[in-house]
Amino acid sequence: MGLFVAQVLTGLANAAALFLVASGLSLIFGVTRIVNFAHGSFYMLGAFIGYSLMQVLPGMFGFWASVVLAGLAVGVIGVIVEICVLRPVYKAPELFQLVATFGVILVIQDLALLTWGADDVLGPRAPGLKGIVRIMDEPVPKYDLALIAITPFILFGLWYLIARTRVGILVRAATQDREMVGALGVNQAWLFTGVFFLGATLAGLGGAIQLPKGGADLLMDFNILAAIFVVVVIGGMGSLPGAYVAAVLISVLNVFGVTYLPQSTLVLMFVVMAVVLMIKPYGLFGREEVAGEHGQVGEPERPIKPAGIKVRVLVAVGILLLALLPVFGSSFSQVLTADVIIFCLFAASLHFILGLGGLVSFGHAAYFGGGAYVAALLVSYLQTPMEIAFLLAPVGAGFAAFIIGWLCMRLTGVYFAMLTLAFAQLLWSLVYQWGEFTGGDDGLVDIWPSEWLNSTTPYYYFTLVFGIGGILLLRHVAHSPFGYALRASRDSARQAEATGINTKRVQWLAFTFAGAVAGLSGALFVFSKGSVFPTELEVARSFDALIVIFLGGVKTLSGAIVGGASLEYAKDFLTRFEYWRLTLGLIIIFVVILAPEGISGTLRKLAERIGIMKDPDSNHSKIRNPAVNAKAHTRENTRENTREDP
Amino acid sequence: MNIILDVRNLSKSFHGLQAVDFVNFEVREGELLALIGPNGAGKSTCFNMLMGQLKPTTGEVFFQGENLVGKYPRQIWRKGVGRTFQITGTYSSMTVVENVQMALMSHRRRIFSIFPYAHKIYKEEAISYLDMVGLADQAERHCAILAYGDLKRLELAIALCHKPTLLLMDEPTAGMAPTERESVMQLTADIVKDQNISVLFTEHDMDVVFGHAHRILVLNRGKLIANGSVDEIRNNPLVQEVYLGGGNLFEVAS
Repeated sequence: MGLFVAQVLTGLANAAALFLVASGLSLIFGVTRIVNFAHGSFYMLGAFIGYSLMQVLPGMFGFWASVVLAGLAVGVIGVIVEICVLRPVYKAPELFQLVATFGVILVIQDLALLTWGADDVLGPRAPGLKGIVRIMDEPVPKYDLALIAITPFILFGLWYLIARTRVGILVRAATQDREMVGALGVNQAWLFTGVFFLGATLAGLGGAIQLPKGGADLLMDFNILAAIFVVVVIGGMGSLPGAYVAAVLISVLNVFGVTYLPQSTLVLMFVVMAVVLMIKPYGLFGREEVAGEHGQVGEPERPIKPAGIKVRVLVAVGILLLALLPVFGSSFSQVLTADVIIFCLFAASLHFILGLGGLVSFGHAAYFGGGAYVAALLVSYLQTPMEIAFLLAPVGAGFAAFIIGWLCMRLTGVYFAMLTLAFAQLLWSLVYQWGEFTGGDDGLVDIWPSEWLNSTTPYYYFTLVFGIGGILLLRHVAHSPFGYALRASRDSARQAEATGINTKRVQWLAFTFAGAVAGLSGALFVFSKGSVFPTELEVARSFDALIVIFLGGVKTLSGAIVGGASLEYAKDFLTRFEYWRLTLGLIIIFVVILAPEGISGTLRKLAERIGIMKDPDSNHSKIRNPAVNAKAHTRENTRENTREDP
Repeated sequence: MNIILDVRNLSKSFHGLQAVDFVNFEVREGELLALIGPNGAGKSTCFNMLMGQLKPTTGEVFFQGENLVGKYPRQIWRKGVGRTFQITGTYSSMTVVENVQMALMSHRRRIFSIFPYAHKIYKEEAISYLDMVGLADQAERHCAILAYGDLKRLELAIALCHKPTLLLMDEPTAGMAPTERESVMQLTADIVKDQNISVLFTEHDMDVVFGHAHRILVLNRGKLIANGSVDEIRNNPLVQEVYLGGGNLFEVAS
């Protein structure tokens, strides 16, 4: 009994930091609709800055002053990030800001490395709260009790701010309809900045307050990221009490998990999230998101057409050049290009559901890594010939996507994204912690292709055929009736359902198809490397694909390919330098700001402006009816306009 | 005349609010039936129950003898009921003609095929529907830059694709300028007459209603308070009470 109580108390104390960081994330998302990946970095900065301050400021007063000052300092950093990085891209397509925040993560990682070095630092213990208290004979640190006591006050303070003050009213109003708030004369830009300050401050406080329990290291940004997303989603987006309850739930379960089911620790919170979302699709305290409530940001997507003869010739020449690479390129260039093709295929499969279907999956690596593991397991345990294992990998990955897609389909938007992430993490932790079957952290090795493919050049051609083939297949399906039905379900589910299209089934099958193609890329990957490790299933892998799609241009079919190739080659070049993250992060941020439609979308715009390509919209109306084009820009007003028929 | 749609004891309550209160009516073959009433009378609720978007609290909806209650919108559409929305729902990433082709692909059950190029199939047929509503010259334009009135026409073309027996139109002229209202409604009347489609529509514009409806239903606070010909409704004191609090009205109907 005593142990039980002690564990509950430990869980409650752990919940403090988690709640602080998660509530900040929830506030920022609620008002700005930005999924702030850099929130974990704010938390890490809070810890490091707090640590540095505690070295200078002595005593009990110094400790708590350091915590508060660290929070405020991180708040200021948040403001800088918001003004410099996010403000220029608010008008960009939805979720594009996510890429910008990813750039911020990289920059902060290297800046922290520069400032505090690579070693972990141990947090100082809080003066005056150093000892332990015996509760039912079990030792409980005094600092834990202090945290347990403080957290409800912070919750109450935040709740009061949001529910009872004028600022809180503005924040809540902006959460519901930010355009209306703008129309009523509130300066949105400063409201967003203010919310970012508050959210970042909370993250910084969270980082500083957990110092005596955990210290600070350079991995804590990614380590907390998944947990705070889980907390926000379980509690319900935008609900402070929800975030608190969820933080307590996750923390307490985690403490018990460590004691009784040590092999379950990684997966536990994702299981909880999956269960909660399947029972309550909008979290414990969340309300249903009304579709279209926040309006579409940016230009609507253009109609797609199969490539014309010029583009086809260009693509054919490109493929020919790739095919000639072994003649003039080194063996290393073949390996690198094969890696790029594999990654592009993976990114293109995600683009199929994300770009065309509007289904944002945060867990697409599950099918990439899944395919790789299916092939590797078949080869390791059943001595399956490589050719058969290679073909079964997409089948296995497709099957996983079929099951997971079915479970996720009832959710939409961010909740859908989080549930796909939960299942991907589930698969990852299964592979990671079921060591005797999957090799765990050591991975599966010695997975080489058959004799006839087992050297660089033949396997390069093999990759070329299946990689480019897969990409062309995805493109063709995009132009088929099925691809159109997928876009129709995204554009107007209401109209699609009212004209006989089972939108959920269309999306489910598209999800399965994309999973199978990701599995194909995973199979290509595993035989090119000869091994597979759990990292191939990680969140970071999923995010890689997500980032390149947005960098390349989510609204163009070629976006995933352009983005994937650019990022892979850039990474290969940059990782030779010491502070490559800083450079890459800055490049990403600059691309995001300078090319808000992605590389491919911006290049197209540029080509149209200088006259190489034609803008289908303006071109058409120039011939037919110049007045209509002018109207298009003031579409809101056209409701009241009469259109004179010619 | 044959009864196409038979609505019996239809009602819907939202947390105690009786939005639609035991309504009975029928739609006859080939008629243009208007459902009118002040804001909040329950027209849209009624419509959404007919199309399967809302589940009625009580009642049945028989379409050619078959009960539609409990069916999904897409299933009801397959039976031959088309609809247009009060706020248009079109596929903004496609061209105008592709919007219509999409409905044709769905009608022919081709949405799961992955071999043909979608922009090629049923194109001529789709253009013929666009021609019907006067949009053929804009077939290749991007749907997102269409004027609002044209979007309404496009929705009509989409709704005609599967040769419906019954067309449900929720405020077909909402948000349009007066001259355009008349032309769209005249167009609709001509098409449905030509193809023998029955229409049930809601509308706030009394010129449109009295100019084109064959018969009118009046809803007020969820209750059906009148059901009759245009003249009967025009002279019905109860309806006048609801709309203007007495006095004569609807004189200028064209």
